Amino acid sequence: MSKLTLIAGGSTLVYAVLAVLMGVLPGMVLSRTKPGPGVMPLTPLQREGRDVFVANGCSYCHTQQVRPLAEDAVFGRPSSAGDYAYETPELLGSERNGPDLTNIGVRQPSEVWQYMHLYNPRSVVPQSIMPDFSFLFEVVAKAPAGVTPLAIPKPYAPEHGVVIPTRKAQALVAYLLSRKQATIPGYSPPATAPSGTAAAAAAATSSATAAGKASFDAAAGARLFAANCQSCHQASGEGIPGVFPPLKGDPVETAADPTEQISIILHGLEGKTIGGVAYPGQMPAFAAQLGDDEIADIIGHERTSWGNNAPLATAAQVAAERAKPAH
Amino acid sequence: MPSRTIPTGADVTRDVFSVYTVCATIWLVFATLIGVLLSLKFAYPDFASHTSWLTFGRLRPIHTNDTFYGWASIGLVGLAYYIAARSSRTELYSGRLAWLGLALFNVAAIAGTITLGMGINDGTLEYREWWWPIRLVFLAALIVSAWNLLATVARRDTEDIYLSNWYTIGGVLWTCIIAIVAILPWYQHGLGQVAVSGYYMHNAVGLWFTPLALGVLYYAIPKLFSRPIYSYALGVFAFWTNLVFYPIIGSHHFLFSPLPWWLQTTAIVFSVAMLVPVWGGSANFLLTMRGQPERLSRSPAMFVLVGVLGYLFGSTQGTFEAFRSLQEIWHLTNYTVGHSHLTMYGFISFVIWGGVYGLLPRATKKAPDSLLMGIHFWMATVGIVIYVGALSIGGTVQGLDWIHGLPFIQSVTDMAPFWLWRAVGGSLMFLSHLVFAWNVWDMTYARGHVNLEAPRAVEAA
Repeated sequence: MSKLTLIAGGSTLVYAVLAVLMGVLPGMVLSRTKPGPGVMPLTPLQREGRDVFVANGCSYCHTQQVRPLAEDAVFGRPSSAGDYAYETPELLGSERNGPDLTNIGVRQPSEVWQYMHLYNPRSVVPQSIMPDFSFLFEVVAKAPAGVTPLAIPKPYAPEHGVVIPTRKAQALVAYLLSRKQATIPGYSPPATAPSGTAAAAAAATSSATAAGKASFDAAAGARLFAANCQSCHQASGEGIPGVFPPLKGDPVETAADPTEQISIILHGLEGKTIGGVAYPGQMPAFAAQLGDDEIADIIGHERTSWGNNAPLATAAQVAAERAKPAH
Repeated sequence: MPSRTIPTGADVTRDVFSVYTVCATIWLVFATLIGVLLSLKFAYPDFASHTSWLTFGRLRPIHTNDTFYGWASIGLVGLAYYIAARSSRTELYSGRLAWLGLALFNVAAIAGTITLGMGINDGTLEYREWWWPIRLVFLAALIVSAWNLLATVARRDTEDIYLSNWYTIGGVLWTCIIAIVAILPWYQHGLGQVAVSGYYMHNAVGLWFTPLALGVLYYAIPKLFSRPIYSYALGVFAFWTNLVFYPIIGSHHFLFSPLPWWLQTTAIVFSVAMLVPVWGGSANFLLTMRGQPERLSRSPAMFVLVGVLGYLFGSTQGTFEAFRSLQEIWHLTNYTVGHSHLTMYGFISFVIWGGVYGLLPRATKKAPDSLLMGIHFWMATVGIVIYVGALSIGGTVQGLDWIHGLPFIQSVTDMAPFWLWRAVGGSLMFLSHLVFAWNVWDMTYARGHVNLEAPRAVEAA
């Protein structure tokens, strides 16, 4: 055999074997992974939305993989193999310039918010660097019957006419809202370090309560508010007029008894008219994502900010409300 | 079909080398212009954003794919042809095959660019975003190139096959397999596709660009320093260890994912093993260059030196990034983007420039202006240092923000100054490419410049 055949052929043969071992065989085996309990295929509209997601390269900045690390717990439980049974092409992603979207349908279920955010992300999150997807919307003089136009705040709205979503935007939002992790029966998340320290803080708080003086962790409250509440209610607590209600001076937020506020954070809210304004959005339930002490800290932040000055809530009150049967 | 009867003289080899370099340069300027635009979007997200084909998610794969498959692939194959012919003391086997290959490379890159702009993306799977029929065109270009390189070396006038050709021919043949594995759909469902993505995205880099660039180094360094490579045997050893270790490390892109833990651990182990060919190869290059600092000044050897250091540091960094403890901080952050630029730019692009500046004048007998070459060198070097520095520090800040449980948006606002510095570094890099384009023109089609001193008569082997 010639030298050339040995070098070129030999190395190529070695490489072919390795390619099969490290690429093809794992691919074959893992392609057979069964869907996990409760993992469902997408509906045709959601599927269409996934195509829009792919065409516009969303996964270059948004992962869909929750790692078994404490820092990833905010995005949901760790992803499991069965979660990806219907995920072709796979969209795990490699970079998080934006947050993970594995569970975005749970974390931000409001269609209204999703539309505003896609039309111009800065209309709801001023610091966002996400591109706007205004090309998925149309500006028309008057919305056709049965279509609700977007309520875009002034600086972001077109000068004339109203904004309505195209089919592509509708499909994309349907896909985003479908991003909900299936519950794994019997799985409970391990206690993570942050909530461990929070538990210690809560113990301190409850002893303070016993002494007749409620307190809360102001730093944790501000941080949790920013992570969970601010994208709708805004850092100013003023919300977005007609779309997301203000917390500043709100009767529930300033009532002496925090029970209703606790209940809203635990169970979410939809279709309520506040101060004569009917709000179209849907507020998610936080019962599964936030601990008692964390909710008490958020309430503490809300009741002492923007001129609000109302009695605080304790972790024990949150626990008591949580224990009540769901409405 | 191509005939074996080629006009005598060096014309075909020279012309092929020249035109490949010109095409690659056009892709470099285009792809990095897109890169600058992308970097500005981090600071000014509303800049050029209302049009679908200018949105970030469509431009990003255009930037990466055109850098990979336009600039680096065409540039390296052009060099590989020249090196195959010269080191075998013959002429290129077929000019027609070379032109066909070039046409296929360009058609694939143009079609890929247009379709990605239209939003036709084959699943946002990194570096294989082109719609699969377009990737078949690229595969055809690879097959044509492999055939031409093999046939050129087969009719060599030397006993041995020079080491450079091991790397370049091997790289082209292995990449044909990578391309086929990436296209066939039967084993790519759900998590199975994640495994294939891990395999593909690292192999497409490490068994395509790396061996071709190493092939250029094994030829260009002995030429530029007028002495044979320090250890031929070490080069052969690095060839086989690179071949065996590299294909196994891809899954380190998916540490902590639901991929089987053993697959991830195997990838980490072989990422460490990669230090063997990387340090062996780098030592071989540096020992060949040692003790001749006077040869570096105002010479293409400067580019080669940075290329070798880029290979050494970039690959060693890759090994460390594969450790779970460090991935906890750096994975999914902009640190990774810094790493990919250190390697694709600090290593691959600098080696191509070293090769082009060092070898193209030997083919065309036209030397570039040494001041302009220096301007290119310093702008590109300072640019990449700023670029990688900014993203490495910023990426670390980002990772620590997440670990400290800060609201996600905090990690975005904290990145702002680093993204701005990245745009500064990137702009310098882009401007240096305009100077390079001028120099390429000078070395190929410009009139005048026939001022090259006679090449030193020292054989590579």
